Amino acid sequence: MKKENRLAKVKRRNQSIAFGLFQLISYSIVALLFIILAFIVIKGFSVISWEFITEMPKEGMTQGGIYPAIIGTLCLVLGSMLFAFPVGVLAAIYMNEYVKDGWGKKIIKQMTNNLAGVPSIVFGLFGMALFVNKLEFGDSLLAGSLTLGLLVLPVVIRTTEESLKAVDDTFRHASLALGASKWQTTSRVVLPIAFPNILTGLILSIGRVSGETAPILFTVAAYFLPKLPTSIFDQAMALPYHLYVISTSGTNIEASRAMAYGTALILIIIVLVSNLLANALRKYFGKKVKMN
Amino acid sequence: MHKIESKNVNFYYGETQALHDITLSMKENTVTALIGPSGCGKSTYLRLLNRMNDLIDKTHLNGEIYIDGHNIYAKNTNVDDLRKNVGMVFQKPNPFPKSIYENVAYGLKVNGITDKKVIEERVITSIKQVALWEEVKDKLHKSAFELSGGQQQRLCIARALAIQPSILLMDEPTSALDPISTTKIEELIYELKNNYTIVIVTHNMQQAGRVSDNTAFFYMGELIEYDKTKNLFTNPKKERTQNYITGRFG
Amino acid sequence: MYFCGENKITDLKTNFKQIKEKVIETILMLSSATTSITVVLIVFFLFIEGVGVFNKKPIEEGFLLAVHPSNTIKKLEPAQIKDIFDKKITNWSALGGKNEPIVPFRTEDITEFYSEEELGENFEHFPEKIDEYVSKTPGVIAFFSEKYKSNNFHGRELDINKITVREFLSGEEWFPTAHPVAQMGVKPLILGTLWVSFGAILIALPIGLAAAIYLSEIARKRTRNFLKPLIELLAGIPSVVYGFFGLVVIVPLVQDVFNLPVGETGLAGSIVLAIMALPTIITISEDAMNNTPRAMKEASLALGASHWQTIYKVVIPYSASGITAGAILGIGRAIGETMAVLMVTGNAAVIPHTLLAPVRTIPATIAAELGEAASGGMHYKALFALGCILFIITFCINMLVEVVTHRNSHKKH
Repeated sequence: MKKENRLAKVKRRNQSIAFGLFQLISYSIVALLFIILAFIVIKGFSVISWEFITEMPKEGMTQGGIYPAIIGTLCLVLGSMLFAFPVGVLAAIYMNEYVKDGWGKKIIKQMTNNLAGVPSIVFGLFGMALFVNKLEFGDSLLAGSLTLGLLVLPVVIRTTEESLKAVDDTFRHASLALGASKWQTTSRVVLPIAFPNILTGLILSIGRVSGETAPILFTVAAYFLPKLPTSIFDQAMALPYHLYVISTSGTNIEASRAMAYGTALILIIIVLVSNLLANALRKYFGKKVKMN
Repeated sequence: MHKIESKNVNFYYGETQALHDITLSMKENTVTALIGPSGCGKSTYLRLLNRMNDLIDKTHLNGEIYIDGHNIYAKNTNVDDLRKNVGMVFQKPNPFPKSIYENVAYGLKVNGITDKKVIEERVITSIKQVALWEEVKDKLHKSAFELSGGQQQRLCIARALAIQPSILLMDEPTSALDPISTTKIEELIYELKNNYTIVIVTHNMQQAGRVSDNTAFFYMGELIEYDKTKNLFTNPKKERTQNYITGRFG
Repeated sequence: MYFCGENKITDLKTNFKQIKEKVIETILMLSSATTSITVVLIVFFLFIEGVGVFNKKPIEEGFLLAVHPSNTIKKLEPAQIKDIFDKKITNWSALGGKNEPIVPFRTEDITEFYSEEELGENFEHFPEKIDEYVSKTPGVIAFFSEKYKSNNFHGRELDINKITVREFLSGEEWFPTAHPVAQMGVKPLILGTLWVSFGAILIALPIGLAAAIYLSEIARKRTRNFLKPLIELLAGIPSVVYGFFGLVVIVPLVQDVFNLPVGETGLAGSIVLAIMALPTIITISEDAMNNTPRAMKEASLALGASHWQTIYKVVIPYSASGITAGAILGIGRAIGETMAVLMVTGNAAVIPHTLLAPVRTIPATIAAELGEAASGGMHYKALFALGCILFIITFCINMLVEVVTHRNSHKKH
């Protein structure tokens, strides 16, 4: 009897030690997130001003603002989404609504997975070889946008596919039973229902695209270019590359540190806002779409 | 001529045979009830009539099904047009997440009707046909999800009627509804019989008795007995039918 | 009978509708082929450029190496040539030749032996003077442009071994811009990549696993719903921001704690990568643990096992393959990561012996050097070859994950 008691005690003690440790670790990870965010917010907050986001960089990028980098990143996000969003959504529709199970579908799925696993620097190499050199777009917004577009394509396809899968089959059947064709059913019933979730995926991929650096290193990004791009064949500055440059190889790294904190904060803000927006959308529409 | 005629229909899901040699004819403007224990093939048979089973991979069919004398599994059949002619109401009410009006107008729009006046006229007629008009006339542009389950199901029937089919398939249309709503739907079926050929799957035998002219009893993929409803329920010829309707199995 | 299309107008309409459907389906199909085409194109372009580095002499195009005609050496390895010009090998006997001190010579050295007048105003006498110098210096090894090779050149052109796949992979020195011959050994880069990545996983795996267990098995639903999105948010932070954070926080920290001359080390890279890999590991392992059948856990608890015993005797073994998949995927991410690593590891292309020294990874090398490499040149192609290696490694890792998770799903059904 006594022995059993001791065993039970040991068991309980082990358990509370283990659980306590796991809890500590979990909260530490979250704490780490807050440390990273707080660090950049605190150091970057004082840098951000109206001038910082609307002025050209000055004095070897130690003064002035990051206006061209913000505009460049916006252009890249827009460009890559103009490519990836329609292509990705159409591809997902084909995968989920049209093609039947079989080896064809398996291959496409596998290839999409493979593309998702390609490291971003390899996209950079590829973009340089194909768009910049072979197709002779040069270092340009076009080359950069296409490279980034291909990079997020698997993300768009995956989130869209999930959104389409979540649409109950009864809606499809009801529509088909009324004599609607496949495309009518897809475009008029399935897509409107799936739209909020697709939109959520789109916003998340915007967050992803705006922070990618490696793919744009050799396809579009300019080290220092104090003017705005005027065509899709122009080079442009971009936020993530700008942060890399001024924190590692600027003319005066120490002097541009403040600029770096500011740039990092802007990047973080973009990512946070897109995440929060996506979550809010998901919650808002989640309530509406559920039937009965 | 029979409105619907099936000749030696065999149907397979992959390797499994779901229907064995079904031969069955239905007259115009009658209500036919398909009864039998779950998994007996009655729903499968129903879904053959508007080719909804085409949506399932790896199925195939032997035999012929004629509607208005045309083999609907012939190569030159346009499935969309077939489904326009053969309306369907599902087990659970499944209105689209659109307004009440848009739900009924949907079938018209996808079938190429663009004249707004025609659409409006047909929408109203259909809603009146299912006796829903008084309940929804003030909220036609509100979401269909705001309606009760019974109202939703009547809306789904209106949606099917709007494209003016000649046949209406109903797959256990009241199984998800309360008794009052069920009564309303049954009354509706009785009314609709005058203009439509109706095939209804149900596992509620009283319902089959109340609404149908003829009843077909399915068991394990076979058509056991098919007769006037009155006869089948009072004087079944097969023992299995007898056992089923007296509640000894199923 | 309107559905079998008898009159002509419905026929036309029906045809039009069907054609439209077909066209749409074709467009959809083409869109879905985009990813496959891209993968094929990536492989094509990467390998076309990357393979170009092999079976070529690692000497700058249009240049040559020559020795005195009496020299018995016919062929040299790139590494040997580098050692000669670095004055590490000083006698031909060390290379199996005659006992004769080596005299390295580059084009610009000519001014030490001849005056400007002798060479001519526009260097028009270059070729003959180089010829003259090479002919009278038995121990010479001369590196100069082909255009300075005179028509009756007396020296003997030296053969240089071409770069082979084997040499490329096992070469211990990466110095692609070296003169007169580039050193294209990627072993330090491959090892650097592996060291940093495995270091990261060693840190991230236990932490990630602990967090996954907590989230999946211990935490209440509300706690979990609060923590999970935050942890996923870690995955959304751009890698360049991690790099920046690493540079200003972790690098100095590593330098202080270990009392190092520089903080930009493999360890700093591993720590940053570990933070970045955490969300992947946690999400995937947690999913796997959530899939443990309730009945199994209840059976264990009913037998008197404590909650903790149930976790490590039932839940963890059951979700082992999911956890493995998470870990492998984490390694894959770490191996391919570019910016963060580039910014914090110090980028010294030497074979790593400790994580407390600067190391250089494959992605960082590409990112740092491609901008300077002339398009189509040797260096450019070598970087593409590095891209091929990276692609192959990550491709294999993805396949491995596929295999592991596939086996897992089989077990469940």
